[in-house]
Amino acid sequence: MIGIIDYGVGNIGSLTWALKKQGLSVIVSNDIEVLKQCKGLILPGVGAFRDGIGNIEKYNLKDFIIAFAETGKPIVGICLGMQLLYEIGRENGEYQGIGLLKGSIEKIDGERLPHMGWNELVVKREDPLVAGLKASDHVYYVHSYFALSSGEEVVAYSDYYNQIPGIVRSDNIIGFQFHPEKSGAVGEQLIRNLKEVFQ
Amino acid sequence: MLKKRIIPCLDVRNGQVVKGVQFEGIKEIASPVALGKKYSEEGADELVFYDITASKEDRQIFEDFVKEVAREINIPFCVGGGIKSIEDFSTVLKCGADKVSINSAAVKNPELIKEASEKFGAQCVVLSVDCKKVGESKWEVFVRGGSEGTGLDVLEWIEKGVELGAGEIVVNSIDSDGMKHGYDLELLSAIRSRVSVPIIASGGAGCLEDFYDAAAVSDVDGILAASVFHYGEISIKELKSYLVERGIPMRL
Repeated sequence: MIGIIDYGVGNIGSLTWALKKQGLSVIVSNDIEVLKQCKGLILPGVGAFRDGIGNIEKYNLKDFIIAFAETGKPIVGICLGMQLLYEIGRENGEYQGIGLLKGSIEKIDGERLPHMGWNELVVKREDPLVAGLKASDHVYYVHSYFALSSGEEVVAYSDYYNQIPGIVRSDNIIGFQFHPEKSGAVGEQLIRNLKEVFQ
Repeated sequence: MLKKRIIPCLDVRNGQVVKGVQFEGIKEIASPVALGKKYSEEGADELVFYDITASKEDRQIFEDFVKEVAREINIPFCVGGGIKSIEDFSTVLKCGADKVSINSAAVKNPELIKEASEKFGAQCVVLSVDCKKVGESKWEVFVRGGSEGTGLDVLEWIEKGVELGAGEIVVNSIDSDGMKHGYDLELLSAIRSRVSVPIIASGGAGCLEDFYDAAAVSDVDGILAASVFHYGEISIKELKSYLVERGIPMRL
């Protein structure tokens, strides 16, 4: 069972369906006792960094997520969920993130924002997460902030003013800046790859 | 590089596509979900479902329909038609829509844009504007399916909408709609020079070149069309390869 952390940020219906379609069994919950039993967690989310981390704290999930990460089981952040895994968020202020990934969340250095639409995903290093992907594959992004880091954890990226980390991974900590559940057939492939990682 | 989006628009009444599509060897497809799926497989980058009963007869958008789309289609989609309140936004987003477009209700109550943007994020608030040319480089905002003038200047209204928090603008040209003479490039370029949020051109597509012009001349982010796709006059696949050949960035 994979736990989708429900902390009141954004719609998770499409994500839940997309995972189920690829044969993953999922449970949506914010109950630590329930989530603890899962073999992996997904942290979804859309919206502002401050609201996201505020809700994580409101549901007392921050310490739990850090403890879960220490067990070595996978934690996957999607969109805002990925951003929250970093140390610092600089969106209308400066906020402490969960801190499982090193780096900060900064505004994209460009005029046309949000970065909304389909962009090419460039694979930077081999990883089971990007198995079967072709050079011309596109994924769907909606965001205005991106992860700025040493780049060590970046598996794949897209170019939009900055180099935007699209898929990141540091051992069992994984993040997708784009929406695999909205990325058509490529997204389906990525979810199947994720399923393998969860096994 | 971010790609330009091709967006088929489907009018839905009582859960059925208003104008079905005749594909070669396939009978008319009446289910908007099936049709949306078909377009998605052909390479559509996004879909718009417009509930035409909603605005005319004050009906709520069918939640079940939106839910089914969210389950069956794995590209982003926008829902419009008769959205009047924050509750309407909330309902449609909970059912799985990625974006919600508002038109007449925003003109009546501009604060709705702000409230929705603050609550759900600018990325899902799409301001749809029906524009009619009323003078030299001057356009007026119309509502109620283009039947009623508002006295508002299109460029000023769009700037205000973006300030209030609209994350994307759909520009419907009443003059071009259904004429198949191309998009209103002058209007689109004027809007492009004023705002930096994504702009979607709507109304006027007749041939492949019209799409090229909107993308190349007016630099819009997305191009919406209905009948040329529904009547099979232009296939999305063919359109996208044509645009790529002419140097427009597309997802193939």
